[in-house]
Amino acid sequence: MRVFHRLLVAALMLPVLALAQTPIKVGIANDLSGPFAALGAEARDGFNLAIKQLGNKLGGHPAEFLQTDMGGNPDQAKQLVTRYIQRDKIDFFTGPIGSNVALAVGPALFAAKIPYLSNNPGPSQFAGAQCNDYWFGLSYQNDAFHEAAGKVAADRGFKKMVIIAPDYPAGKDALNGFKRGYKTAVNQEVYTKLGQIDYAAELAQLREAKPDAVYIFLPGGMGINFIKQFVSAGLNQNIKLVGPGFSADEDVIQAVGEPMIGMFNTAQWAFDLDNAQNKKFVESFRKEYNNRNPSVYAAQAYDVIMAIDAAAKATGGKVSDRAAVLAALKKADFSSVRGEFKYGANNFPIQAYYARVIEKGPDGRITNKLVGKVFDAYQDVYVGECKK
Amino acid sequence: MSSTLIAEQLLNGLQFGLMLFLIAAGLTLVFGILDILNVAHGSLYMAGAYVAAQTMQLTGSLLASIVVAAVITGAVGLLIEIVLIRKLVLRDHLAQVLGTFAVILISNDLVKMIWGPAPMMMNMPASLSGPVRLLPDLLYPAYRLLIIAVGLAAALGLYLFVTRTRAGVLVRAGASNRQMAMLMGVRVPLLFLGVFVLGAILAAIAGALLGPVTAVQAGMGEQILILVLVCIVIGGIGSMRGAFVGALLVGFVDTAGRAFLPTLLKTFLSPAVASSVGPTLAAISIYILMAVVLVFRPAGLFPARG
Repeated sequence: MRVFHRLLVAALMLPVLALAQTPIKVGIANDLSGPFAALGAEARDGFNLAIKQLGNKLGGHPAEFLQTDMGGNPDQAKQLVTRYIQRDKIDFFTGPIGSNVALAVGPALFAAKIPYLSNNPGPSQFAGAQCNDYWFGLSYQNDAFHEAAGKVAADRGFKKMVIIAPDYPAGKDALNGFKRGYKTAVNQEVYTKLGQIDYAAELAQLREAKPDAVYIFLPGGMGINFIKQFVSAGLNQNIKLVGPGFSADEDVIQAVGEPMIGMFNTAQWAFDLDNAQNKKFVESFRKEYNNRNPSVYAAQAYDVIMAIDAAAKATGGKVSDRAAVLAALKKADFSSVRGEFKYGANNFPIQAYYARVIEKGPDGRITNKLVGKVFDAYQDVYVGECKK
Repeated sequence: MSSTLIAEQLLNGLQFGLMLFLIAAGLTLVFGILDILNVAHGSLYMAGAYVAAQTMQLTGSLLASIVVAAVITGAVGLLIEIVLIRKLVLRDHLAQVLGTFAVILISNDLVKMIWGPAPMMMNMPASLSGPVRLLPDLLYPAYRLLIIAVGLAAALGLYLFVTRTRAGVLVRAGASNRQMAMLMGVRVPLLFLGVFVLGAILAAIAGALLGPVTAVQAGMGEQILILVLVCIVIGGIGSMRGAFVGALLVGFVDTAGRAFLPTLLKTFLSPAVASSVGPTLAAISIYILMAVVLVFRPAGLFPARG
């Protein structure tokens, strides 16, 4: 019935469409099932809020937003992107949460000359050897949060550090990033199993080692397991917990609650960051979604739509002129919720990073509080490898 | 390495083993008696954890959440047995795996529909949230002691049930020779239903008990199911005693591997090699254990079928 209605509406609109401009098409590969479902849902809410505020238009021109779930699965995402390119003829692409998906779909999009604005992943490959004019790492480069966390640990005077990550490539990259920011040698580097459930053995070693702080890069459920067990072992009384922003954002806080209080973490954005665009974003997000605080994933998704909007405006809606679109996107001439930033040669942002700490606010809500700036203008270390 | 650290790690091994036993007990029962590989056992564990988390948020009582989780998950088990398992028992193993795998996919999405994709909050009661001083310099989390106590109680209860009750005799008879049991007049459909529901209840208790120390999220069942399968394969499929010994072995070997192997390797390998080999070796230690057991005892340590 719904299909019939749509057909009917489409049929009635045909003569109108023939006169009007073809809409600007944005292909969004949502991550609503699979390993990143919780983060994908946040991103979707960010996209939808921006789309709603822009009245379904981009730069004032009619636009169409195609949203399909690809379940965090690289193969499924590749099929979806092929469909977006060949059948739907999209003009912009965004959506995936995982770096593995970004790496899988990137090459096809670049070959088809479709700008890919990343709403989250910033794999080192696209920052270095495989950098491309059609890629915009709008959010961050993957190492940045870890390097910033290393600097936070050093600045706060945590002399004895134990750092923990799962034994897989991203875990090693994370700990290397941390060490780059921390500068001096860490006390212990511990690699755990991917998907580990019980951390009792590691916690016993922590109790023995008595470090000042422990840095964890344990994405998703692993981090939740670790923090709950860390606190129930009473280790939070003497050892500070430090993590990248994604181990301490709203999704994790909602699942862990009180035990998270006091955890340091780093990100390029915070909900209480003081700029006009961010205030507007946070306020409207709360209004739209049951007074919930937005997470960094929602903020990044919101920024992506606003960046496309600015590019559409700058090119007068002629998005088929890709050279003009790329030039407009590269200017990053839109008000971002993180404040101003510019792109480096590899199209990754040169931007500020902040330290946040989880606290219980005056309203009783447990959330992140901005406590200081870590970097003024951080640029990733891979930009030198980018030769294009 | 101090002796208290070794003592603490041994407790950790015991605790992890008992935690796995709670889930393995139900799985091995169902496998042994219904002869059905129920890969959806992990989903029942997840259901237990979600129901418990919801109850915990409403009442704040751990006991209430364990009871409610056991009752509701038991009812879900009853439904699954009547609607699906009863039909799958007559089919081959491939159909059983496919059928129960479908249950995994459906339940993961169902959980997301009901509670949303984000992990669920379930915190332990404040009275159990700190550590307890066992020895002058040995602190141990109170909640983990509770897991040890419940695990031992469940093991004892199941042991008495299997060896001392009439229902236990039927269960053992069903596990060792189903056809003979049927010929001797055991009401098999009722036995199957009872066993499946008991398995579901055990999984739910495990889920409720582990909720406060793990992430309550969709897909949590599959992660733990693999470990549990290793336990029951080592112990001998269908044997309750085997599940207990297998789970404890896995708990100890896994914990010891993570706790001592990296340090041990550093004594005779270069630090760089040791730090890359250590975690990998620790991660596969339980699978090596399983392989070794299967070489010498292909049917597991305590085969249920003679």
